Amino acid sequence: MSELLKVPTMAEFMAQGKQPEVLFWVGCAGSFDDRAKKITKAFVKLLNKAQVEFAVLGTEESCTGDPAKRAGNEFLFQMQAVTNIEVLNAYEIKKIVTACPHCFNTIKNEYPELGGTYEVMHHTEFLKSLLDDGRLTIEGGKFKGKKITFHDPCYLGRANNVYEAPRDLIIKLEAELIEMKNCKKTGLCCGAGGAQMFKDAEKGDKEVNIARTEEALEIQPEIIAAGCPFCNTMMTDGIKVKEKESDVAVMDIAELIANAQDL
Amino acid sequence: MNYLPNILFALILVAGIGYFTKNVKKLIRNIKLGQDLDVSDNKSQRWKNMAMIALGQSKMVRRPVAGFLHIIVYVGFVIINIEVLEIIIDGLIGTHRIFSSIGVLYGFLIGSFEILALLVLVAVIVFWIRRNILKIQRFWKSEMTSWPKNDANYILYFEMVLMSLFLIMNATDSHFQAMDSGNIISQYIVPFFTGLSENSLHLIERTAWWFHIIGILIFLNYLYFSKHLHILLAFPNTFYASLRPKGQFNNLEAVTKEVKMMMDPNVDPFAAQPDGAEVPAKFGASDVQDLNWVQLLNAYTCTECGRCTSECPANQTGKKLSPRKIMMDTRDRLEEVGKNIDTNKGTFVDDQKQLLDNYITREELWACTSCNACVEACPVSINPLSIILDMRRYLVMEQSAAPVELNNMMTNIENNGAPWPYNQMDRLNWKNE
Repeated sequence: MSELLKVPTMAEFMAQGKQPEVLFWVGCAGSFDDRAKKITKAFVKLLNKAQVEFAVLGTEESCTGDPAKRAGNEFLFQMQAVTNIEVLNAYEIKKIVTACPHCFNTIKNEYPELGGTYEVMHHTEFLKSLLDDGRLTIEGGKFKGKKITFHDPCYLGRANNVYEAPRDLIIKLEAELIEMKNCKKTGLCCGAGGAQMFKDAEKGDKEVNIARTEEALEIQPEIIAAGCPFCNTMMTDGIKVKEKESDVAVMDIAELIANAQDL
Repeated sequence: MNYLPNILFALILVAGIGYFTKNVKKLIRNIKLGQDLDVSDNKSQRWKNMAMIALGQSKMVRRPVAGFLHIIVYVGFVIINIEVLEIIIDGLIGTHRIFSSIGVLYGFLIGSFEILALLVLVAVIVFWIRRNILKIQRFWKSEMTSWPKNDANYILYFEMVLMSLFLIMNATDSHFQAMDSGNIISQYIVPFFTGLSENSLHLIERTAWWFHIIGILIFLNYLYFSKHLHILLAFPNTFYASLRPKGQFNNLEAVTKEVKMMMDPNVDPFAAQPDGAEVPAKFGASDVQDLNWVQLLNAYTCTECGRCTSECPANQTGKKLSPRKIMMDTRDRLEEVGKNIDTNKGTFVDDQKQLLDNYITREELWACTSCNACVEACPVSINPLSIILDMRRYLVMEQSAAPVELNNMMTNIENNGAPWPYNQMDRLNWKNE
């Protein structure tokens, strides 16, 4: 199946003297994490299906610096940022889409001051726009009537006020969108942000991802939809701890749509 | 004619306002101990935020019960203070209810004040019950030690007494009751005083009148020492709050200069700093003077409602971090620094203490997920997260004191451009897997 994936790089576009419609910023999780790679592939399948002329940086991509910045290492963050901006500007990138809200937030909000200004979209926003333009259609069949709840990633929701695009897509699947008691502006963190993903939690009486998983399980969804590779990991772990793997799946929005199309 | 009461009144008024002014000056000086921050942009949006959030209480009502009760107390507080204007004029020139000559309108005004006073009284009693009987969790977290707890109750008692005095004053004012206009609530209090002589009634009325105005002046001066400064500072605080998306953390300019220099092969590293650019004394914040003045204003504005802490994922799962405590600690340390400056004739003498470790522990700082729930929850646009980040910056950039796993993560980013130890050359391998 993988041979069907068309993933051109910027270097290839450049060699042909062409400019892609959009740059897909894959991110570290999307490139290296086994679970997140599936999200990356699902999104690429959708891009291929919609015949979007996109490119990736491939080996020229490097961490945006988000975890370093949130951990307090402004030097490392800015080194990463300036290096990435040099690459992006050299390719004259105008528009970027990414499936990681952390990359999304950093490139969108923190790069402009350092010389990198681009139109940045989260993949759910981008998929929504493909749908609105009629370039992509969603068939609900598979998920019709399924109870799906959306876990708002902090860096997409509160941080950047994107709440509707992922929900619109779930509704397009003809699924039953159900909301947790803490959602949108008051959505509870999965516990991974602020560089927590890379360290053990401080002493407490519970892990944050367990607290969030419990909130999700309260409303008995069949699927917990995520829009962030880190949230995805945290919620998947939470479901495992609660031994609910057979009842509840954790899936990225891109996977839901690709799955509905049998891609 | 006896001028003694007028003189006494004027003296009390001058003393009350004078002492308050002195403390406000101290407050401003302390806030200015913070680093400079340019917030002169986007005035119209700032006015709009202030109008919506502070004046319009838009974020208070997200919790409907507390929000509704708070609006009653807030509106009551603002409107009933029109009455204070009359009290001051009466007190200074010796008149009695000088505005009563305006007739029907006066009755309408006082009538509305009386209704509001009763509503405020009820709201404040409900607040007290929520705090002390229902023991709502956020009022009983570990940072709510005896002083913050008592402080909150003192304020409620103050308001109860002030509202009661206002109603008693009206009820025992036989002139006012005889007018029978505007005594909507106080007429029902009159029966409690039947049988008292004209003189006794007058004495009670005068006592209530004096206690009411003295009480207001004491309350005004109590503000600086309490958590209650928000009634004034909510306005500048919402005005100066960040207008950027919550996810956008500031880029340190000093770092930008150094990074650009490192990346530019043509730069002479030994050249003098251009255009008077200074390398900051330290990166990040270990004490209050390293924070910017808006962060310090935030600390004085915090009224310790605890909405931030109740929304904090770290706090909800039993970690030591409480965004409210970050603000309380910042204010306490700032006050300590201010007192230090006062006792040392205008200069700060090192006291071997700082905000980091003496007030805020590293464990608290590292527990934050930077999720912005606290920032979103604050009804007056306080940003505890920005302080946490600045203190992390100090820990990492000045002390290299990040938790070991984070150091590993950062080494990975430095070496191979990802937080995990994967080769950058393998970034596109997923394509063929």
